[in-house]
Amino acid sequence: MLIDSPHWISIIILLPILGAVASFLWRQHIVKIALTTATGTVISVGILSWQVISNGVQCYELGAWNAPLGIELYVDGLSVLMLLVTAVVGFAISIYASAYFEGNKSKHFWPLWLFLWSGLNALFVSSDIFNLFVTLEIIGLSAVALVALSGGAKAITAAMRYLLVSLLGSMLYLMGVALLYHSYGTVDMVLLSLRTEMNPAMWLIMGLMTVGLLLKTALFPLHFWLPAAHSSAPVPVSALLSALVVKASFYILWRLWIVVFPLDNDAQVGLGFILGVLGSLAIVWGGVKALQQTRLKLLIAYSTVMQIGYLFLAFPLASIMGWKAALYFILAHAIAKTAMFMVAGNILIHKGHDRIADLYSTVQHLPLTIVAFSLSGISLMGLPPSGGFVAKWLLLEAAIVSGQWWWGIVLLVGGLLTGAYVFKVLGYAFIQENSTNEPRPIGISKRMEWTALSMALFAIVLGFIAPFVLGIMDIGSPFTKGSL
Amino acid sequence: MTPAFLYALVGIVLFSIGLYGLILYKHLLRKILAINILGSGVFLVMVALAARTGDAVPDAVPHAMVITGIVVAVSATALALALMLRVDAETGQAVLPEDREE
Repeated sequence: MLIDSPHWISIIILLPILGAVASFLWRQHIVKIALTTATGTVISVGILSWQVISNGVQCYELGAWNAPLGIELYVDGLSVLMLLVTAVVGFAISIYASAYFEGNKSKHFWPLWLFLWSGLNALFVSSDIFNLFVTLEIIGLSAVALVALSGGAKAITAAMRYLLVSLLGSMLYLMGVALLYHSYGTVDMVLLSLRTEMNPAMWLIMGLMTVGLLLKTALFPLHFWLPAAHSSAPVPVSALLSALVVKASFYILWRLWIVVFPLDNDAQVGLGFILGVLGSLAIVWGGVKALQQTRLKLLIAYSTVMQIGYLFLAFPLASIMGWKAALYFILAHAIAKTAMFMVAGNILIHKGHDRIADLYSTVQHLPLTIVAFSLSGISLMGLPPSGGFVAKWLLLEAAIVSGQWWWGIVLLVGGLLTGAYVFKVLGYAFIQENSTNEPRPIGISKRMEWTALSMALFAIVLGFIAPFVLGIMDIGSPFTKGSL
Repeated sequence: MTPAFLYALVGIVLFSIGLYGLILYKHLLRKILAINILGSGVFLVMVALAARTGDAVPDAVPHAMVITGIVVAVSATALALALMLRVDAETGQAVLPEDREE
């Protein structure tokens, strides 16, 4: 049967690469090729997810060479959810971008985006630390080129800084890979989890890999490159970077932390505390900076700095429930942030600028867009019944169960700060003003308004399908050591 | 001290020189060169550590990794140089905005 075929794992990687090359070669049909590829990729991810949900963990040995020599692909509940959120966000952005880009930019956007998608899919199914390095580089290089796409001094310098930071992060990670291979003779995560032990070399490895990946994930205070890069990129790219790309390096760190690093529970809580404190600082700093911004896209970019902070609150808890909360944060943030950047894009085209103080009358002209902003804001704040609420609820519960109630205060402060900047924007958008000297606003494509709204609605729906999603998280129990 | 260990040590020195250059130099070309030195340091460590068995035949896996790493480094350098030229064309100086000297 086609649907039971084991090859879907490789198809989700191959298909976007082929689409990228095809869309580069046949430029007159670029949008058709790209949208077909996007649809095909979503269907393949859907079939693979169905296989995992009904039959459990799926493994695939590339070219039938098995580990340690060959490269093994591995899909459990965590991978499936990352693949699914990439597919949902990726498909929505493809639809949005088909209306957003025109002419020359479209020609450059599609191949790069499809390469990026392929890299993301490959990353989420790899269980080999060197393969992860390669996928990380595919993602990094295409993401940098995508940032530079909008042209102009701001975007180019942001892309340049992003590239240097990203390369430094990869090299630190690669040094860790080299030392791990030297010490334990394998790059396979499963074998590494059986062999690693605590010694001075291991501390060095953990330090190199963690710092390298934190640079790419932009955890405070290593977030300095993020606001410029995410806000000066074209809107669909900003959405991709905030929703998916920063999560990719986080995913690797997560897997290493749970599976490869030989941390017992005390060490996890102790070292995790440092990450938790940095995460809390990210939440407060990102929230305050977001409030101070006068441009909508920069505000949303700082909101990403803040939301990354939430992910790290799970580290000191070191419990399965805490990890589930972090995963729910990833899903909820990816969907809501995509919607929010799409809203910013709609406003940018409609008004010709994104100055928050001059957003008056937006609600009359773009009612759907403002509804989308409010709904995604609800999810970011963590109000019920949204996806963000489930994430915060799980994290709070995990914090109380492990006796570390103080992380709850951080959650509360974060929620208030998010509320403040969301309402600041809404406040301006609801002001009615009939000025005549303002240039006539430009109408925008219905497709862009509706994709923004559907993503925002999905961010809310994520709160209702929580039992289903949490069930998927248990497949292959990805959050316990020795699970892979 | 075995020669392999010496090579690995040189690799770490190169890595540190690269890190120093990347952080302290302002001109983008110097930063890009520094990243390449840093990368070469990592590759040298990998190649040197491949001689871990002590006999004449070294482990081939790190060699394969280094080749892959070089391919990645070449593409990254090409992208970085292209971006540097654009930065120079757009701003008149091949430096990041925070390093500009007015």
